[in-house]
Amino acid sequence: MTNLSRIKITYFLMLIALIAVGFFQSWNVALTIFNLCIISSIMTLGINIQWGNAGIVNFGVMGFAALGGLANIIISMPPTLNAWESGGAMIIIGLILFILSIVFSIILFKKSSLSNKIKYLISFILVISSYFFMRFLVDIPIEKIEAIEPAKTGYLGGFNLPVLMSWPVGGLLAAFSAFIIGKISLGLRSDYLAIATLGISEIIIYFLKNEDWLSRGVKNVNGLPRPVPYEIELQSQAWVLKTSNNLNIPINELSSIIVKLSYSILFCVVLLSVLFLLEVAVKSPWGRMMRAIRDNEVSANAMGKDIKKRHLQVFIIGSAIVGVAGAMLTTLDGQFTPVSYQPLRYTFLIWIMVIVGGSGNNFGSIIGGFLIWFFWVQSEPLGLWFISQVTTHISDTNIIKSHLLENAAHIRLMFMGMILLITLRFAPKGLIPEVKR
Amino acid sequence: MYLLSGEKITCGYGSVDIVSECSIGVNKGNISSVVGPNGAGKSTAMKALFGLLPVKKGKVILNGEDVTNLPPQKRVLKGMGFVPQTNNIFPSLTVRENLEMGAFIDQNDLNKMLEYVYELFPVLKDKKNQDAGELSGGQRQQVAVGRALMTKPKVLMLDEPSAGVSPIIMEGLFSKIREIADQGTAILMVEQNAKQALKISNLGFVLSQGKNLFTDSGNSLLANKEVRQAFLGG
Amino acid sequence: MDFLNGITLILNYIFIPGFTYGSQLALGALGITIVYSVLRFSNFAHGEFMSFGAMSAILLSWLFMSFKINIYPLPTAIMVLPIAILLTIAYCLIVDRLVFKFYRQQNSKSVINLIVSIGVMFFTGGLIRFIVGPGDKNFFDGERFFLKARTFKNITGLNEGLTLKTTQGVTIILSVLLVIILFWFLNKTKTGKSMRAYSDNKELALLSGINPEKVVLITWIITGTLACVAGTLYGLDKSYKPFTYLHLVLPIFSAAIVGGVGNPIGAIIGGYVIAFSELIITFAYKKIFFYFLPTYLVPEGLLQILSTDYKIAISFVILVIVLLIKPTGIYKGKII
Repeated sequence: MTNLSRIKITYFLMLIALIAVGFFQSWNVALTIFNLCIISSIMTLGINIQWGNAGIVNFGVMGFAALGGLANIIISMPPTLNAWESGGAMIIIGLILFILSIVFSIILFKKSSLSNKIKYLISFILVISSYFFMRFLVDIPIEKIEAIEPAKTGYLGGFNLPVLMSWPVGGLLAAFSAFIIGKISLGLRSDYLAIATLGISEIIIYFLKNEDWLSRGVKNVNGLPRPVPYEIELQSQAWVLKTSNNLNIPINELSSIIVKLSYSILFCVVLLSVLFLLEVAVKSPWGRMMRAIRDNEVSANAMGKDIKKRHLQVFIIGSAIVGVAGAMLTTLDGQFTPVSYQPLRYTFLIWIMVIVGGSGNNFGSIIGGFLIWFFWVQSEPLGLWFISQVTTHISDTNIIKSHLLENAAHIRLMFMGMILLITLRFAPKGLIPEVKR
Repeated sequence: MYLLSGEKITCGYGSVDIVSECSIGVNKGNISSVVGPNGAGKSTAMKALFGLLPVKKGKVILNGEDVTNLPPQKRVLKGMGFVPQTNNIFPSLTVRENLEMGAFIDQNDLNKMLEYVYELFPVLKDKKNQDAGELSGGQRQQVAVGRALMTKPKVLMLDEPSAGVSPIIMEGLFSKIREIADQGTAILMVEQNAKQALKISNLGFVLSQGKNLFTDSGNSLLANKEVRQAFLGG
Repeated sequence: MDFLNGITLILNYIFIPGFTYGSQLALGALGITIVYSVLRFSNFAHGEFMSFGAMSAILLSWLFMSFKINIYPLPTAIMVLPIAILLTIAYCLIVDRLVFKFYRQQNSKSVINLIVSIGVMFFTGGLIRFIVGPGDKNFFDGERFFLKARTFKNITGLNEGLTLKTTQGVTIILSVLLVIILFWFLNKTKTGKSMRAYSDNKELALLSGINPEKVVLITWIITGTLACVAGTLYGLDKSYKPFTYLHLVLPIFSAAIVGGVGNPIGAIIGGYVIAFSELIITFAYKKIFFYFLPTYLVPEGLLQILSTDYKIAISFVILVIVLLIKPTGIYKGKII
């Protein structure tokens, strides 16, 4: 089967599946799934450009997505009154000083010719003392800021700008951290890189969970502004009322469909532009060189290709795409909840999407994102249905039956594992294989 | 009738034949050296004889038995030992453990064989509890040969035993190899240092481009003008 | 007296918990290191293998508790541990046969194996939640303490108490025992040596007649044993929740890498380095200063280097630092 017919068939089946959900469950559910499918696809595209084209194993999806989410707060929330007066700037200065001391130590290690002992000593003293200096600078302002109406604010707040700006800014934030992370860890072997990026993304989440002055930590930031109208506003609009009557759909349902559709349109625009840019990039000499490096690092190196630089570029680009998707996700949710960032849901699920869709194929990534997210959501009811079918002859009071029904939802983890393993075994190139150019 | 022989073997990687219709053999208590320029297919022939590469045409005969299709492990049991050119020791195991691993299949005479190897290479006895990876190049080579000897092979095959070893050490190593042969083990080796190798050899095989060019006793080859000019540097 | 109180404080809040948690991490890291050195991949499913072991121990404990068979004052889980270990080994072997073996025969790259292990992680995690559910499971019975704070205070007359929970004592004793057996096996037995030889130089091991499938079998037996014991001890000591084991993988990887992947001694050292760093960095030193310094010199505040909320993050920070400065770890990554 050619790739084109594979794309046609899989995309068509996916569309039917979503429409079936619309008919059998509800259009609201179908659109919710659709929107998250798009976001998943964008994240998958970001990881695919790294893994599929350059062979970089980035297990830091969760962290970049969360940074994108953070951009929502920074851009769109109103600044907290008095927070900046309480020393918000001091916190930023302290943090920057600390980061600078770390960067300096790293440069010292990589560039200087001093003996190792002296390097260790200098950087140890430098980092430790700058850490305590930072604590000295930031402890009191943090305490003050977090004391400002802790139930409502207790954090710096943002710049009160349009929330849509947080998407590019989320990408930039992710790109900037990817630059630092890539600079220090891209030299590592693939599995070490995987573990390092996973570790760094965990550190990012811990930071967001605990630095209340920035993200309100576990108290979450609720009520993020929306790029689309609220349901309530829509319900009082004449055209909505009219459509509701014409189509005979309850006004509540219609308004929420309209909201979701507006998100869908916005997301589709982003998805299509990312896809377009990536396709251009992949087909360009830049993309060819990337694949040449992936396929044979030694000879590419011998040919004078600057592998490190190329890898860093692709790491930044891919992570920025994940950051954008993360920002979109938080916008869609309307709230930023650091606790919700789990490696299973973000990092590893996205990786399943990449592998199942087809490493190295952008169209594969999109269908991978759609398909896996669809099953991730639907396997809960599917599992429940399956169990109740299997146990249909057992009485409802049976302990085993009730236990099985209770835990049926967890079939989805097994299901995801099976999908990944079966793909790797029987179709390691994924649904839509990489095109040999 | 050789103890071990490859008869008109053809082999190579993929569809490329590196060795074609080449015959090599060694007798009991003898040393046979395979020499020739770089890329002549010496090591490839050696690997084929040991079953590390499939033989496309021809036969490998050990003690009158056709072993062409036996896997290397089975050949070890039949009395063949092999010392690869590189990665021929277990670096993080001690010297003693390296030798023990040599006798992994057959541990009946473990202590006797250990004594034999220690006697042959006294330095290994002194360093028996040291990690093999910490030893010098020459000592590693001794560990490698010692490990292969542990199975009491009838034929010991050495792939460039002098690679990466200084000339003085090499001379010592060669005299040890002669000693092993004199005690009854047939030795088939591939050598880059053709002169020194042929000096201690009963038989020499000169290979070029995967084919037998000359086959004669070591001394006659050394005396052969053509061989000297073409392969021994005058 | 103040001095003794200070020492007791350190023992009670840093040494005993550090040694306990360190042992749990070390056992986990050993499992990862052994799979890495023989099978050559980072096994992300190891946390779930630990969880599987703990789950087996829990189910068996409940079974025996319902029969009122126990070994009071020790927890029933310790009694059923051998059976739980067998179950875990069986699970590991089944997974290997059905999944990993294929990629081994294909000579797949280690990164493919890593992704495969993620599939196994998902499946196993789901299986466990399907069997016991996602909630907290309590399976501790027996006497809670080896040594109670009050008893200690009464005996010594100190202000500070020293407690040793049963789970802590059991963890330490079992870990030390298991590590001794493991090292004896690896260094003294023929099979153990052949395992090391195989991980050192696969080709030469084959030439020496070492059977690779047997080495793989032994590897999974050891891994299953270590995973089950580590998982059960962790569950006994903290609490068992399937979710936590996924998050345990990273500190365990940190321990293995900090010590030097592929080196068992390194894995043990790494476990303790991670555990003690977590405690030392998040400990509130106020009380210690209170005992060791004259009152007017004791500074204000809790004197914590980092808030306890960051406890787990410390292992990641250490991991990242080690990867950046010395990826081979403390004990240079020689294999087994």
